[in-house]
Amino acid sequence: MARFPFSAIVGQDEMKQALLIAAIEPAIGGVMVFGDRGTGKSTAARALAGLLPPISAVEDCRYGCTGDQRGTCPDPCSSKRVRKRAVPFVDLPLGATEDRVIGALDLEKALRAGEKSFEPGLLAKAHRGFLYIDEINLLEDHLVDLLLDVAASGENVVEREGLSVRHRAKFVLIGSGNPEEGELRPQLLDRFGLSVEVRTPTAIDERVEIMRRCGEQERDADAFAEKWADEEAKILRKVARGKAKLAKMETPDAIMQDAAELCLAVGADGLRGELTLMRAARAQAALAGAKTVQRKHLIAVAPSALRHRLRRDVLDETGSTVRIQRALDELFG
Amino acid sequence: MSERGFAGGPLEDALLAACLFLTSPRVLGGLRLRGGGPARDAVLDFMRETGANLRRLPSHIDDERLLGGVDIAASLAAGRQIQQFGLLAEAKDSVIVVPMAERMPYALAGRLAQASEVATDQKPLGLVLLDDGMTAEEAPPEPLLERVAFHCNLSQAISANPTALPATDAAIPFHAIASLDHTALEALAATATALGVHSLRPLLFAQEAARANAALHGRKAASDADLTAAVRLVLVPHATQLPQVENEAHEPTPPAENNTADQEPADNADPGERALEDMLVEAAQAAIPADLLAQLSGGKAKRQAQGSGAGQRRKSTLRGKPLGTRQGLPRGGARLALIDSLRAAVPWQPLRRREMGRELANQAALGKIIMRKEDLRVKRFEERTGRVTVFCVDASGSAAAARLAEAKGAVELMLAQVYVTRSEVALIAFRGEGAELLLPPTRSLTRARRALAELPGGGGTPLASGLNMTRDLAEMIAARGRTPSLVILTDGRGNIAADGSPGRKQAGEDADAAAKAILHSGVEALVIDIAARPGPHAPELAQKMGARFLALPMADAKMLHAAVAAATASNSQAAA
Repeated sequence: MARFPFSAIVGQDEMKQALLIAAIEPAIGGVMVFGDRGTGKSTAARALAGLLPPISAVEDCRYGCTGDQRGTCPDPCSSKRVRKRAVPFVDLPLGATEDRVIGALDLEKALRAGEKSFEPGLLAKAHRGFLYIDEINLLEDHLVDLLLDVAASGENVVEREGLSVRHRAKFVLIGSGNPEEGELRPQLLDRFGLSVEVRTPTAIDERVEIMRRCGEQERDADAFAEKWADEEAKILRKVARGKAKLAKMETPDAIMQDAAELCLAVGADGLRGELTLMRAARAQAALAGAKTVQRKHLIAVAPSALRHRLRRDVLDETGSTVRIQRALDELFG
Repeated sequence: MSERGFAGGPLEDALLAACLFLTSPRVLGGLRLRGGGPARDAVLDFMRETGANLRRLPSHIDDERLLGGVDIAASLAAGRQIQQFGLLAEAKDSVIVVPMAERMPYALAGRLAQASEVATDQKPLGLVLLDDGMTAEEAPPEPLLERVAFHCNLSQAISANPTALPATDAAIPFHAIASLDHTALEALAATATALGVHSLRPLLFAQEAARANAALHGRKAASDADLTAAVRLVLVPHATQLPQVENEAHEPTPPAENNTADQEPADNADPGERALEDMLVEAAQAAIPADLLAQLSGGKAKRQAQGSGAGQRRKSTLRGKPLGTRQGLPRGGARLALIDSLRAAVPWQPLRRREMGRELANQAALGKIIMRKEDLRVKRFEERTGRVTVFCVDASGSAAAARLAEAKGAVELMLAQVYVTRSEVALIAFRGEGAELLLPPTRSLTRARRALAELPGGGGTPLASGLNMTRDLAEMIAARGRTPSLVILTDGRGNIAADGSPGRKQAGEDADAAAKAILHSGVEALVIDIAARPGPHAPELAQKMGARFLALPMADAKMLHAAVAAATASNSQAAA
């Protein structure tokens, strides 16, 4: 069955924007999606992974080495052929153990051949793609720590069971969760680059449109994909152009000033907020096809980049989004 | 509403749901059958008779059996790799039946939910969740509930003999059914909004269920009757609010008539889109069971959102702090400790070679180690079970307003600490004639705040009811492998008996009995006297339940919190 087209997702603009930013700028450090169940969180993430053009990798390499990197992974891969493969999308199961995530000693080989070899885990599988964790707030803390650490460093280092292995693991981490079911520690939240809030659409028209599109897709997935092919191609071009533009993107000093002022005004802790805000604004400008970062790009990404970094008062009901909006209005009118 | 299919009791609805599910199983995901008994067996029998292949999934299933993989023990014995297929792959043409779904561990639910998202033909046809839950809190994990279309409550079913079975003679293939038109989609969306169904999944399910019903009745396009059935079977069980009375139901659509007088004739003359939507809401109202109605009217229906993630920290062979090894087979996720296994095997080598006889021993060349099953060692990890602090708050008139605010503050402060300690908090309040569970164990600030804000005060002091409910909850928490601790805020002066009748004498006796029951259950407890002028009652109560006692005549939330934290800390020191 064909996947659901990214462009056919109704609404959820903030989430789509954040995903696209993460797709062209991996340094952003992952996207956290807050929202109720059944709002299309995983559909959007999956759709984006399916939309991106296939990557080329050494044939049968379990670590997804590119042609130039042949033989540099722990295996090491030796095939001369380089093949296209789909952008990996790994869905991390809730009950996953550390072994399955980071990889472990290959017991079978160890017992049969007496060979000490490493069996790569889900992190290796997600290299160059997406790692999606539904209900990340229910995942155990030490696993979340580990995932964020690997996502930030781009490398998985395993030192256990007598193994000492390191391999590349660059992926876009997408976490989702429902704040009704317990929260994520602020330290962990802070390490996500962007966070978005997804609400279930309340307008009847929107809901009808969603039902119609899902129904169409259910009936004939291929025809539906065909129908949206043009839109999908547009997004692909946008991503490709964004990647190219991002390398040469200029950031005027005035915008940096703006970013610093904004972070001070909302009281975002630490420097990570400013860095992410600038990175996201640059990516947003690149996606929009602009030459330099402008204030409107900064404003567009500010809620996503800062929302989860505000110091929280347990008894304060005011949402973070409201506070950011207020600061934006005061500073930039 | 000319044709309502075969609307009947809960059993008939469940049978129809089963029938619709089997019409297009992969699209509709499955069904949940709540309430045990012969009626449920009747539904399962019916599914079997219609040719569905049912496969049971025990809750103790391990990952290897579920997903497949290398069977280490068998491989070791055979000296070659032996693969085992997972149940999910084996059951690709069957429907998976999950008994006791309300007890299912969250991790397993996550796996199943994930498997159902995969868009291949290699996944099972669907799930049948057998839900034996008694209370609203006891329900299968939410990720699974979201992914099955039909929710049938059979606990009210009177007989196991359906008045009629769904007729399948006229059925035509599901694929032949046209998509729903705009009017129908709009009607479904409006109905969902009126019923307060927020998630989009039920809406999508309703759409497909309507088509399935059309297929079952041999109609090429879904009719009003199909939509009605879809609303009744799919949307209603997800309802979080009662549909508004007719004239209010139109509020979301701006060009609504201002009075119902014009509307009536319009309905009769032209059954347009609005009429259809009305009809659906009506069908929904008819299908909502009486107790749910009462619950909803009382505004108590919560959106089903319960995190059960935190407490599942007991599988000590899986994760946590390393704690040496023990003998055992590496299954159920336990990791083989290779070095220790070899170490266990080495001393026996000469003996084993002798035992095996000369020929065999020669075959097993020197340098190879003969391992047996009993040599295998698995790793152990230490894992502390999650703690759940149950606050039982006296919200009666005697303990009244100021105290209640303090107790609320303490619970909020505890919750703020939850980030650090990863413990959970539950809240029970008692006042008037009985006790009420305001907040099932949770770590969510959002829910806690809401529950606390709604906590009213005043009325009598049904101390016994409060204590009994607290103990019940504590026992339930302990049964799920977490550690409960009780914090009871009261002045100890009960005046309502356990059965809700007034009378200080009976109330006192009942409270004593309840306190003793807590003592016997062995749960650690802390009684905080919140009377304005401390009397002998609260200390006596504490003594009867073997609890620690704290008199905090003028506690503010911060002090209360400090007291709880100190008591918990010294308890865990004592345990260590």
